[in-house]
Amino acid sequence: MLSKFKICCLREVFDITSDELVIKVDKVSYSYPTTPNVLKNVSFSVKKGEILGIIGPNGAGKSTLLKTLNGLVPHFYGGKFKGKVIVCGMDTMKHTVSELAVKVGLVFQDPLNQLSGVTGSVYEEVAFGLSMLGFPHETIEDRVMNAIEKVGLKGLEKRSPYSLSGGQQQRLAIATVLALKPEVIVLDEPTAQLDPIGKYEVLSVLKELKKEGQTIVIAEHEIEELATFADRILALENGKIIMRGSTREVLTAVEELKSIGVNPPSITELFHILKNQYGLSINEKAYPVSLEEGIKICKELLEDKN
Amino acid sequence: MTEHVVIKTEDLWYAYAPDIVALKGIDLEIRKGEIIALIGQNGGGKTTLAKHFNGLLKPTKGRVLVKGIDTRDKPANELSTIVGYVFQNPMDQIFSKTVFEEVAFGPKNIGLSDKEVKERTEEALEKVGLLEYSNAHPLDLDFGKLKLLTIASIISLKPEVYCLDEPTTGQDHIGRKRVAELVKKLNKEEGATVIVITHDMNFVAEVAERVILMADGKILADGPVREIFQQIEILRKAQIKPPQVTLLFNELHPYGLPKGVIKLGEAVEILGDFLRKT
Repeated sequence: MLSKFKICCLREVFDITSDELVIKVDKVSYSYPTTPNVLKNVSFSVKKGEILGIIGPNGAGKSTLLKTLNGLVPHFYGGKFKGKVIVCGMDTMKHTVSELAVKVGLVFQDPLNQLSGVTGSVYEEVAFGLSMLGFPHETIEDRVMNAIEKVGLKGLEKRSPYSLSGGQQQRLAIATVLALKPEVIVLDEPTAQLDPIGKYEVLSVLKELKKEGQTIVIAEHEIEELATFADRILALENGKIIMRGSTREVLTAVEELKSIGVNPPSITELFHILKNQYGLSINEKAYPVSLEEGIKICKELLEDKN
Repeated sequence: MTEHVVIKTEDLWYAYAPDIVALKGIDLEIRKGEIIALIGQNGGGKTTLAKHFNGLLKPTKGRVLVKGIDTRDKPANELSTIVGYVFQNPMDQIFSKTVFEEVAFGPKNIGLSDKEVKERTEEALEKVGLLEYSNAHPLDLDFGKLKLLTIASIISLKPEVYCLDEPTTGQDHIGRKRVAELVKKLNKEEGATVIVITHDMNFVAEVAERVILMADGKILADGPVREIFQQIEILRKAQIKPPQVTLLFNELHPYGLPKGVIKLGEAVEILGDFLRKT
């Protein structure tokens, strides 16, 4: 557990300027004690304010990669770790998970894995991390109310975390992380377990955070949703990065995506097939990746022909 | 009740407690060979309804008939050879030390001979593509395969109706495709009726013929997938987004293109034809 004093020092030493990289992952390879070679020579970086999407089939190493960003890998899991992860100027090998926790907030797939289980209300749950880290009372109250408002749970402060819907629980998990004001929020398939309303609620919160300039790294299978808010995408398969680039660059590479079992947005695939089987004249990079782009291109096509 | 109706509910009400009413007067007929998607918000009653189809739950009011049998007159284990229910969470279901034993449990339990048990188990594992994992420990399988294993352990009972509770949740795209193919195969090769609870509308478009949308213990909409996906207002209330191609063709309708497109393949054909003609 960190003292207040230590936290203040950390902030001063490691505060970074806006044009700097928030995350730098350099040639990281990792084996769990029981599963070898889960990550193989992975390198990438994330700039402040950027939304990075991580895609790939289950078992590709996405969750493991996310856990390197706050030091859970290797500090908690053990195993063999090679390479370097620098987050907000902190080498994860030289800092504890609790030191890293105020810089990198990790949101798990299943909100029930995130909730502390020891608090009786939404308010207490969000305050829990802050009080564990020794923040003063006034700061805690400010930050808790702020985080609760950001995720749209205002009015539910007194409810038990376990009486909430899945979407509300996941937003609560995000609030507990937001309250620590991390530089980066890392989310591991945050909508995978949720129903349509829950998915919509969580994605709306993430889109709001993007507007505020929050740096986000998110693993996600909902490619059509990811297409509407990620800046860059990294595709992982079998522990290796096999594609990376702007969201458009990655999602328009239809064949490559399909070769690793990832479906591009259907609108993108539609244009890919029209090009290849019906001779539609369109540059690959100009494929639509969102519904709105698709509608626009189709309308232009139909107007031209009429 | 006609011969082709396998499950019928009549004014089905169910309450977990006096003030927790999960189903509020469900009238429904499920016909042999249908593939039905049960969609809607969590807490809307989908799972509660599905658990009535094999007698895991008995109505508080009204009745459920499975092939004409009132579910209150038969214990769930006797109905399970007619209607197989696959839980959402594999951990609620799996308890054996090997994949083979897990799938063999059902047929053994209904008193089949060793030979029949072996045949059925191997056939079921073959169908879901897990035969090579026969000797593996279930918990060594990844999530997608674990889900297929739970389906196999129902296939080995050869039910006429399968209820699959969220088989696509937590699956990656490959896993969803495997489940989609399996559902089509069970329906085509065994003539099975399949009821799938899912939140994945591309999966619904690809696999199901009929959609039942539930909310607050009631049926909000029930009909062919194509028609339900056109009821944008009702879907919007449930925050359900129809597939991208459906939304695309709704926008293109003023240009003389048809509405009611739900599959990528259909969209390709219509736009492709259009490009060819002009």
